[in-house]
Amino acid sequence: MAQTVFVEAINQAISEEMARDENVFIMGEDIRRAVYGATQDLLNDYGEKRVLDTPLSENGFFGAAIGASLVGMRPIVETLTSFMWVGMDQLISQAAKMRYMFGGQATLPVVFRATMFYGGGAAAHHSDRSYPMFMNMPGIKIVVPSNPADMKGLLKAAVRDDDPTIVFEDGTLFGMRGDVPDNADLPQGELVVPFGEAKIVREGTDVTVVGIGGAVNIAAAVADQLATEGISVEVIDPRTLVPFDKKTVLDSVEKTGRLVIADPAHKVCSAASEIASIVAEEGFWSLQAPIQKVASEQVHIPFSPALEKLVYPDFAKITAGVKRTLES
Amino acid sequence: MRFCREVSSSCETRGLTVDIDRDLLLLMLRRMWMIRNFELKVMEVHSAGEFTGAAHPYIGEEAVAVGACAALEDTDYIAGNHRSHGHPIAKGGRVDKAMAELYGRVDGYCKGKGGSMHLADYSIGILGESGILGSSVPVAVGAALAAHIKGENFVSLAFFGDGASNQGALHESMNLASVWNLPMIFLCENNQYAVTTSYAETVAVEHVSDRASAYNMPGILVDGQDVIAMYEATAEAVKRARSGQGPTLIEGLTYRYEEHSLGLGRVRRGEYRTEEEIESWRKRDPLTILEGTLISQGMATREECDAINAETVDEVEKATEFARNSPFPKPEELFDDMWANPIPFP
Ligand SMILES: Cc1ncc(C[n+]2csc(CCOP(=O)(O)OP(=O)(O)O)c2C)c(N)n1
Ligand SMILES: [Mg+2]
Repeated sequence: MAQTVFVEAINQAISEEMARDENVFIMGEDIRRAVYGATQDLLNDYGEKRVLDTPLSENGFFGAAIGASLVGMRPIVETLTSFMWVGMDQLISQAAKMRYMFGGQATLPVVFRATMFYGGGAAAHHSDRSYPMFMNMPGIKIVVPSNPADMKGLLKAAVRDDDPTIVFEDGTLFGMRGDVPDNADLPQGELVVPFGEAKIVREGTDVTVVGIGGAVNIAAAVADQLATEGISVEVIDPRTLVPFDKKTVLDSVEKTGRLVIADPAHKVCSAASEIASIVAEEGFWSLQAPIQKVASEQVHIPFSPALEKLVYPDFAKITAGVKRTLES
Repeated sequence: MRFCREVSSSCETRGLTVDIDRDLLLLMLRRMWMIRNFELKVMEVHSAGEFTGAAHPYIGEEAVAVGACAALEDTDYIAGNHRSHGHPIAKGGRVDKAMAELYGRVDGYCKGKGGSMHLADYSIGILGESGILGSSVPVAVGAALAAHIKGENFVSLAFFGDGASNQGALHESMNLASVWNLPMIFLCENNQYAVTTSYAETVAVEHVSDRASAYNMPGILVDGQDVIAMYEATAEAVKRARSGQGPTLIEGLTYRYEEHSLGLGRVRRGEYRTEEEIESWRKRDPLTILEGTLISQGMATREECDAINAETVDEVEKATEFARNSPFPKPEELFDDMWANPIPFP
């Protein structure tokens, strides 16, 4: 086990996949000089043809990545969630729809690494947590890692998956340290985390908290705190939202009877909304209290630190959500 | 691979070919010093941790926005980008409200909601700075469209960088403005880099202004360190726009002295440009050039120029005090200004 920083885990995953398969290449803005850190040394190790700095033309180069994937390449695109709006046509009209529309002829093993830099005074144009909007659109797999090991293993799985995938990298975790197993210690010789398998981060019996991305760690801290107050919280990290591991969540709610969902996205039609609706439809008879969504307020991200901190789910709000489920 | 453009000579002065009023020249000098001193202060207080978030210094590029905006009226519109402090100051915006916005305070231009990248002052035609590259350009075209439809005389000007000139939105906007013959000015601030990427590696033509020919409009390459040249070129484009002759693309060739953004510690300058290159551009400082012209033409003395500089230092100092003393927004203000006709929050 090595203590690894989140952003290094991204770098390891990309580098290992590029070494394994020469069809893997990466493109993005200023990636050769690794402005965001995740592409460090790739130019040196894999050369100019496989590490492409693009013009600032998201719709153009997103489409080029999609097109390259159609004919056998496995492109990785580095971008930020907020710049994906510019490339939305390619993501939706092409990546999400081509395979179905063309009767299964098209295969699109393309990965978009979309970093969500929120919570640091980046204001409305640079703070998007947009995964729910893509959940609404069939055809794109959605990954939301919450720690360095999952980041690495899920990104490697994304590169190998034959469908278009967006990995939503939580920028609040970029500096997070965590254990990432050494390849030599793994029976398969590498870390690949399969899609659609939620992880139980804390076991508990009173309340289930499902966290998304960075909220998983806050939920775990809440669970640790509430344990000292005699409240037993089970924390679940779905790890991928598409596909979504319903069974782990439904089984947990069957045990606890109570559900809180902590989601950094805006609360309306959020990942939390979808998870709440699944449990309302399929786990209703297990519930002993109303489901609590703890998600971001339905406003844009204000610049002022005095206001920004009020928007997202935080320790106090998640704690309050858990306690509300215990009131009834 | 092409590298940064050559610069001609150092610290040249120029003869005045056009008739520009002394008051306007001094106003341009004042605004350029205001931007320079504002940015120096921003760098100081940002590194002292007085506010957080990104901030993109405009130092070195002052002549571009100041020359361009000097050719506009308050009733004309501008829209800009992430390198956002120079544009509103150039258009006559208030430094106290700008600084308070950077500090995230209620007295800021956007009540603390926007921050450094999103200054706006609708009272003098500043439609707002956009953090998403190229995104504000179609919006500026919309203002020009309104002038066209209503038969009014205002013009609209969009600032964007060499990097953003590669966005589809730019190309669609230029075509739209051209086919609709709109009173629009596309103003490219070509500081030759997008973060660490040289424009020579990403722009398919030699000059961004060459792109105008594809949209059947004039494309003018201007020395962006020369505020008078920027003013002349923009005044000409404004004249065309107001007289129904349609849009113009102007490229101000300039240089960013500082790193792309404050707080982007990872980018070390030696990695993508040389100290010699930075030095060679510093030798053509836009303030030195304008002051040289004013003094050599007998239009101002050294002392007068220095006094203007000092006055702007003072004003920036007061603006910073104003920002520091302004309160943070109250929690309930989080929900203000979401809607014109408020609806209940979910
Ligand atoms: C659509 C979009 N893509 C990427 C970015 C990230 N970004 C911010 S500024 C910048 C470089 C912009 O270069 P240029 O347009 O030349 O303006 P400059 O910073 O040089 O003034 C980049 C890539 C962004 N803000 N928006
Ligand atoms: Mg530039």
